[in-house]
Amino acid sequence: MYELINVTKSYDAKRGQITALSEVTLTIPDGQMVAIQGPTGGGKSTLLQMLGALERPTSGTVALGADVLSSMPDSKLAGIRAKEIGFVFQGFNLIPTLTAQENVETALAPLGIPSAQRRARANAALVSVGLGERTGHRPAELSGGQQQRVAIARALVKEPDVLLADEPTGNLDEQTRDEIMDLLEGLWRDQGLTLIVVTHDSAVAKRAQRRLTIKQGKVTEKS
Amino acid sequence: MFGTYLFRELTNRRKQTAIIAIGMALTIALVIIVNGVSAGVSAAQAKVLESVYGVGTDITVSQQPTGPTEGGAAGGPPSFDFGSGDGSTADGSTQLSQARLTTGPGSATFADTALATVQGVDNVSSATATLSLTNINFSGEIPDFQAGGGGLPTDGTAPPTGGADGAGGSSFDIESITVTGIDVTGDAVGPLTAVSLTDGRSFDAGDVGTNVVVLDSSYATTAELGVGDTLGLGGEDFEVIGIVASTSSDASSTNTYIPLDTAQRLAGLDGQISTVYVQAASSTDISQIQSDIETVLPDAAVKTQADLASSVSGSLSTASSLVSSLGTWLSVIVLAAAFLISILFTIAGVTRRTREFGTLKAVGWSNGAVVRQVAGESLVQGAIGGVIGVAVGLLGILVINMIGPVLSGSATTSTFPGGGAAPGGGTGGFPGGGGGGPFGQQAAAATTDIVLQIPVTATIILVAVGLAILGGLLAGAIGGWRAARLRPAEALRSVA
Repeated sequence: MYELINVTKSYDAKRGQITALSEVTLTIPDGQMVAIQGPTGGGKSTLLQMLGALERPTSGTVALGADVLSSMPDSKLAGIRAKEIGFVFQGFNLIPTLTAQENVETALAPLGIPSAQRRARANAALVSVGLGERTGHRPAELSGGQQQRVAIARALVKEPDVLLADEPTGNLDEQTRDEIMDLLEGLWRDQGLTLIVVTHDSAVAKRAQRRLTIKQGKVTEKS
Repeated sequence: MFGTYLFRELTNRRKQTAIIAIGMALTIALVIIVNGVSAGVSAAQAKVLESVYGVGTDITVSQQPTGPTEGGAAGGPPSFDFGSGDGSTADGSTQLSQARLTTGPGSATFADTALATVQGVDNVSSATATLSLTNINFSGEIPDFQAGGGGLPTDGTAPPTGGADGAGGSSFDIESITVTGIDVTGDAVGPLTAVSLTDGRSFDAGDVGTNVVVLDSSYATTAELGVGDTLGLGGEDFEVIGIVASTSSDASSTNTYIPLDTAQRLAGLDGQISTVYVQAASSTDISQIQSDIETVLPDAAVKTQADLASSVSGSLSTASSLVSSLGTWLSVIVLAAAFLISILFTIAGVTRRTREFGTLKAVGWSNGAVVRQVAGESLVQGAIGGVIGVAVGLLGILVINMIGPVLSGSATTSTFPGGGAAPGGGTGGFPGGGGGGPFGQQAAAATTDIVLQIPVTATIILVAVGLAILGGLLAGAIGGWRAARLRPAEALRSVA
């Protein structure tokens, strides 16, 4: 369960200080599917970075279960990200020189898993997203939808508690968008994940159990 | 994962890998060749010096020369005096011949007690003394004036007769050869260690005070002399007992070798020597020995091999200067350029891969793992360059050795009158000398043609590979530092 208490995040900019998040207090129970919407620059990505242990708040507390992310050293945050949090990005963020299987394996490398076991788990993850025949292909040899499936396999291969998706269908056509969302939703249901999706797309947001809107750093619930 | 990722990066970013590796390879090849040529030139210089000073000579001691004196033994041109009854007369002509064994102009001798003084210096392994001389033979034919056969007619009736041309003329020849007096009972150091016996025998203790001579093979060939023949030196006959050839050159520093005491007697220089050759117990003792000898013999010119190397001239000297100046600086500049290219490419690569490294951090890679990846890639690129560079460098050395460029080196062993100090006491002259005649300036004693052979040592290869790895590590460290500073949030921010 995520628990955010009075979280504020400010950045120093040339034209003064920018407050991306302002006094956000939020609780997200385990296993919930949450959609976060809002205008560009409203603070969606900053909130996702807080939840993903990629940023620390300027003030306030961010906790994932018993771990207080806001006060953890970098090395421990890397450990949390390696074990408990999976990421899916809008641009897929695959490593262009590695094959699909090797890209998935990068998520297992920090866990010290032996290479044979790593390969087997990566293959299984790719099979689970429908890419069992494409394990040896490099990203440039895959379509956008297939690349996002590889990214989802990479996020899920370590069996995380939380999956954070930042505009996961932003670069895809409607049909592929629906396929990807079907896949994410199915995995969420099957694996009992906490799934948090940042999206502009109302069709995607409507699939979530809970919808949050963030505007000028303030979070509001949307019914 | 590290190995797979590294392999994929290097093979899929071939252009970058090739540029860094080629830059590093050229640098390493250049370093190997320049160092190899430098070692080869140094070895060639040592060979030139050995031809003059002998193998194993670490230090030479000679006397600062003084200006020439009229007919003196210490230097000045020799004079030849003939009395009215000298020579042999036949057919209206008088044959005259006179030989002198003397030191050359500007050459200096000093008391042979210096040898014992030098032998008494700490860490001197062995020392021997020599006396360098020039044998000048003056011979000619003049009309027999007493018989009235030559000279200008006084009454305008009888034409002149006799002499070299039968018409009252004269003809004179001056021939000079270099002679080195050797201590036949002395230590195995000095000029004779640079030659090998090709015929007859060398000196032994029984030759003290005798008129025996060992000839340089080049001179023996020119003078058409062999073992058992007789050679006139200083007005006396010498039996040729051996022929020697230089082990390192086509000409040695002297034409003939005779026992030291015989040389001193004939030159009227009893108890005088011109050079002491010194061998140190260890190369680390040379500076101390030089300093000690300069203390106990304050008027002496004490030269080490390093000092003597500066006396080597000719194309060998040019090559040495070229290697030590241009070659070294070229290596440094290319090395710096290769390191810079490697570093810049690595930094550019890290910048280009910001999202990649950010993503890896987002999926849980630690800073250390990312730095290791970047540094590993740079290190392998440097190592690839190093391996190729070693291969190219060795190939370059092979080509140079196959071509075998000939470098000519001359070791100046005497002094122009009034000039600076000379490292040795050898003298020039006919036929092997580098210049000068009996009345001219004394210059180079031995001109040696050396085929440049570049040695390949494990040290050079290890240094070259070490430089390549250092370059890779440097680039990797800087690139890794840049990667470590990347915040993982960059990955998300770049797509949000």
